[in-house]
Amino acid sequence: MSQSRHIVIIGNGISGVTCARNLRKLDSGARITLISGESKYFFSRTALMYVFMGHMKFEHTQPYEPWFWEKNRIDLKEAWVKQVDFEGKSLLFSSGEKLAYDALVIATGSKPNKFGWPGQDLIGVQGLYSKQDLELMEKNTQSGVQRAAIVGGGLIGIEMAEMLAYKKIPVTFLVREKGFWDNVLPKEESELVSRHIREHHIDLRLETELKEILSDSNGRVRAVITSIGEEIPCQFVGLTAGVTPNIDFLRNTVLQVNRGVKVDEYFQTNIPDVFAIGDCAEFEKPPAADRRNIEQVWYTGRMHGETLAYNLCNKPVPYRPGVWFNSAKFLDIEYQTYGTVPPTWDESQVKSFYWEHASGKVCFRMLMNSSGQILGVNNFGFRLRHELMDRAIREKWSGGKVMARLKHANFDPEFFAPYYIEIQNAFKTEIGGHFHLAKKSFIQKLFGASV
Amino acid sequence: MKGIEKLGLGLFLIGLIVFLIIPFLGTYTLSEDLVLAKTKDIHQEKMAEILEPMYGKEYGSSFSFLAAFGENFGTYNDQLKSQQLWDQVIWDDYSFALAFSALQSPVRENPWLYFGLSIGLAVLGGFLYNFRQYQNEPAGIKNNGIFHSSLKNKGLIGMLTGSFLILFYVVLYWFPAYLVNLVWMVSPISEILSGNPASQWFLYGLIYTLAIIVMGIRMFRKYRGNKYQQLRTASVMFFQTAFAFLIPEILVLLNQPYFDFKNIWPLDYDFFYDYQISAFLSGGGVGMFMLIWGILLIIVGVPVFTYFFGKRWYCSWVCGCGGLAETVGDPFRQLSDKSVKAWKYERVIIHSVLVLAVVMTVVTIANYFSGFSFLGNVTNQLHSFYGFAIGSAFAGVVGTGFYPFMGNRVWCRFGCPLAAYLGIVQRFKSRFRITTNGGQCISCGNCSTYCEMGIDVRWYAQRGQNIVRSSCVGCGVCSAVCPRGVLKLENGPEENRINDLPIIIGNDSIKINL
Repeated sequence: MSQSRHIVIIGNGISGVTCARNLRKLDSGARITLISGESKYFFSRTALMYVFMGHMKFEHTQPYEPWFWEKNRIDLKEAWVKQVDFEGKSLLFSSGEKLAYDALVIATGSKPNKFGWPGQDLIGVQGLYSKQDLELMEKNTQSGVQRAAIVGGGLIGIEMAEMLAYKKIPVTFLVREKGFWDNVLPKEESELVSRHIREHHIDLRLETELKEILSDSNGRVRAVITSIGEEIPCQFVGLTAGVTPNIDFLRNTVLQVNRGVKVDEYFQTNIPDVFAIGDCAEFEKPPAADRRNIEQVWYTGRMHGETLAYNLCNKPVPYRPGVWFNSAKFLDIEYQTYGTVPPTWDESQVKSFYWEHASGKVCFRMLMNSSGQILGVNNFGFRLRHELMDRAIREKWSGGKVMARLKHANFDPEFFAPYYIEIQNAFKTEIGGHFHLAKKSFIQKLFGASV
Repeated sequence: MKGIEKLGLGLFLIGLIVFLIIPFLGTYTLSEDLVLAKTKDIHQEKMAEILEPMYGKEYGSSFSFLAAFGENFGTYNDQLKSQQLWDQVIWDDYSFALAFSALQSPVRENPWLYFGLSIGLAVLGGFLYNFRQYQNEPAGIKNNGIFHSSLKNKGLIGMLTGSFLILFYVVLYWFPAYLVNLVWMVSPISEILSGNPASQWFLYGLIYTLAIIVMGIRMFRKYRGNKYQQLRTASVMFFQTAFAFLIPEILVLLNQPYFDFKNIWPLDYDFFYDYQISAFLSGGGVGMFMLIWGILLIIVGVPVFTYFFGKRWYCSWVCGCGGLAETVGDPFRQLSDKSVKAWKYERVIIHSVLVLAVVMTVVTIANYFSGFSFLGNVTNQLHSFYGFAIGSAFAGVVGTGFYPFMGNRVWCRFGCPLAAYLGIVQRFKSRFRITTNGGQCISCGNCSTYCEMGIDVRWYAQRGQNIVRSSCVGCGVCSAVCPRGVLKLENGPEENRINDLPIIIGNDSIKINL
C-alpha cells in the first residue's frame, strides 16, 4: 500500500481504536494518528461505573499498556478538534495547531441527550458518557447528596443507579415508559428487571417523566418536579435519556449530516477520503432489517472499525453485520440476546416461548417464525454460547433442534444450576418436539447446584 | 457494619493483640539438668560447661535470656572459628529447645486460657465478622469499594498488615526461640493429636489451618450463588484441615512417618532428601506406600490430572499454598501486576526455581545412591541454600508477607516449581482452557483486574481468543466477575483450544480464507 499516506482518526473509542489497530495490521506503511481530547489512552467506556464503585482504578479500564501504541506506531494526539477544513484536508485544534490528513475517519461517539428541560444545566445535573462525566459525578456526589433522581430508563440509567447505591445515596428513578427499557425488552423481561431494581431498594417510578429541575440559591439542583406534579427533593440528577451523535463541530460545513454523519454502507461520507464510524455515523439505510440507521453499541462500533480498516486497505466491501447480539448487566442480573427479539411482535407471524424460573430472576425467551424456526433469544440470569446461537439463527434451526442442543449452548460456569433441563421440559410441554431432556452428570448430581 | 460484625472485628483485634503480647510474658531460668536433657549426647558436656554462667539466674524476658545464651554460646563458637577448629564448632541451634524448657510463664501454666484469649477470640471474631456478610443483599459480585479500601489497595492498613506478616514469618523461620510461649500455648492440642509437645511448625500449621477455615467462610458469603467458587473453597478447606494438618499428626501418633499425602515434589522439595528417604524406608509398609504414592503423584498424577482438568485440580482445589491464597489472600487478588514486563520476569524466575529444584534433587539422589561419596558436602550446602532462599524466604516471607503489596499469588506465580511443572503440562498438553464467548467482550477489564496470577485475560477475550496460559490456576474469578458472560473454564477437545479469529464473530462484511 501507499508508503506515507496519513490516516487521521478523530476519537479513540472502540470504533476509532479498532480501526487504527486493524489498519496497522493491514498496512505497515501508513502513518496513523489517533486524536482524543478526552483521554490520551483508549479506555473502556462501559467500565466507567466500575471505577466509581471502586472495583477498578481508571488505568484498569485501559486495554493496552502505553508501549502498545508506540510499538504499533499509532501516534496519539491529545487534543480537541475545533474545525475541519475538508478542502484543505486539515484539522484545526482548539489550541490553534493544525494537522494535515490524507484520509479522515470521524469516530467521535455520542453525548447524552438533553431535551430542553428547565434547569438541565444546573450544578449537580449531568449525564454519564465520558471520562470527564465520571470525574464530574465523583465531584457532584462527594457530599451533601441525600437523594438523587435519574431520568430515563436505559442502560446508563441503571448503571448510574447502581453507582449511587454504592455511595448509599437513595435513588428515585424516573422512567417514561410503562416498563423498564420496554422499547427493547418484551413485557416479562422488562418486569423481571423492574422487580430486581426494586429489590435493590431503588425507587423506580414507571410512566413518570421529568417536568422541571429546581435550583437552590447557589445554582445547584434542589428538587425535580415530575409529570404528575410531584416535587422530589434531590441534590443530584442523572440525565440518561439516551445519547445522540457527538458531531456539533461538524454541523454547517460541507459535510452532510443529519442526526449523525451521513454515510453509505462503506462508511463513506459525501466527501472523498472522509469516513465516519461508530455511534456518530448515520447510515442512509439501515444495514439490515432488524437494525437502525444509527448503531450505538460497543460491538457495532468494533465491527465498523474492523470493516473500515479493511476497506481502507483493500477493495472496499459493504458493511454487512451478521446475526445481532448484545449483552448487559442489570445490577446482579446478566442479560444476553442473540438474533431478533423485538419488544412486541405480530402473534400470527411469530411464536414466542417464554420460561421463567421460580426465583423470578432467571428467564429465557425464544421467538420462532411460523414454521417454528428460531428468530432470536433473550436470556437473563444464565449465559449462552455466542458461537452456537449464532449458528442456530444463521442456519434457521427449528425450536426443537435448539432445545436438543441447549446443554451445549449453556455457557454458565461448571457446577451451576442446569436451567436448560427445566427450559427443555417447559418447551416440550408447551410447544412439543422430539428431543431428549439433557441429563445431569454424576458429578453434577453429587456436587452441582440444583435449579 | 452491623452490630455483630463490629463485635466480630473487635474480638478479632483483641485476640490479635493478646497473641502479640503473649511472647513477652514469663521468665526464663536455665539449669544444668535442662541443658543435659535438651542437648545431643555429643554436645551435653560442652554445652553444660558453656552455659554454666546462666544457671539459676532468672531472666525477665526472652530477649535477655536469648541475649545471654547468644553471648555464652557465641563466645565459645567464635573462639573455635577463629582458630579454624571447624570440627569442634557446635553447629546445632539449641536456642529454641532451651528457651522452651527454661520458660516459666502463666501461658505455660494455663495454655487453654491463653489459647482461648488469643487464637480463640481471633477465630471467633473472624467467624462472627464473616458468617453473615451480605446477608440482606441479593447474590452477586461483591467488589464494591475494593480500590477505595486502605487494606486492599496498598493504603496504610495494607502496608501495616504486610509488614506484620513479613515480621511474623521472619521470626517464625529464623528466631522461633522468641515464640516459645505461643508454642507452649498450643502444646495441649499437639499432645491430643500426635502425643508430642508442639513445635513452632505445629503452631504455624494450626494458625494456617484456622485462617483458611475462617476466611473460607468469608468466601462462601462473598461468592454466594457461585457454586464453582463454593466447591473449590470447600475443597481447599478440606485438604488443608485433613491432609496437611490432621493426618500427618495422627500418623505420628500411630508411630508412622509424618507425611502430607497431597504435597508433591518439587513443591515438597525435601521429598528425596536422605532423611526423608530413610524415614520412608524404615517406615515399613506404610513408609513404602508413602514413597511410592509420592512418586506416582509426580510422574502420573500431575500429567494425567492436568491433562484432563488443567492445573487447577491442584493449585486452586488441593494445594495448601493455594488454599491460603484463595481464602486469606482473596481480598488482595487485585494487586497482582498485569504488565507484560511482569510476565517476562515471571517466566524467567519460576522456571529458574524449577531448574534449581530439579538440579538439587538429582544431585541429592546421585549422592544417596553413591553412598554419600558423591558431592556429599555440596548437597548439604544446596539444601540449606534452597531451604533458606526458596523454602523460607520466597515461599513464606515473600509468598505470604507480600499479599498486601503484590497480590495473593506471588509465590505461586513467580516461585513455585510445582506450579511451573503443572504449567508446562497445562500449556502444551491439556484439555483445559478458558473459553471466550464469541464477540461479547466489552474490554471492561474486570477479568484482568481480578486475575490473581496477573494474566491479562482481557487481551485474549477482546480478540475472541480462548485463554491458554501456563500460569492460570483456574480459580474461576475472571468468569465470575465478567459482567457480560464472556468467560467459561472448560475441559474439552484439544483441537481448536488455541484459536485465532482475525474477524470477530458477528461481522459478515469481510470474508477471510483461512
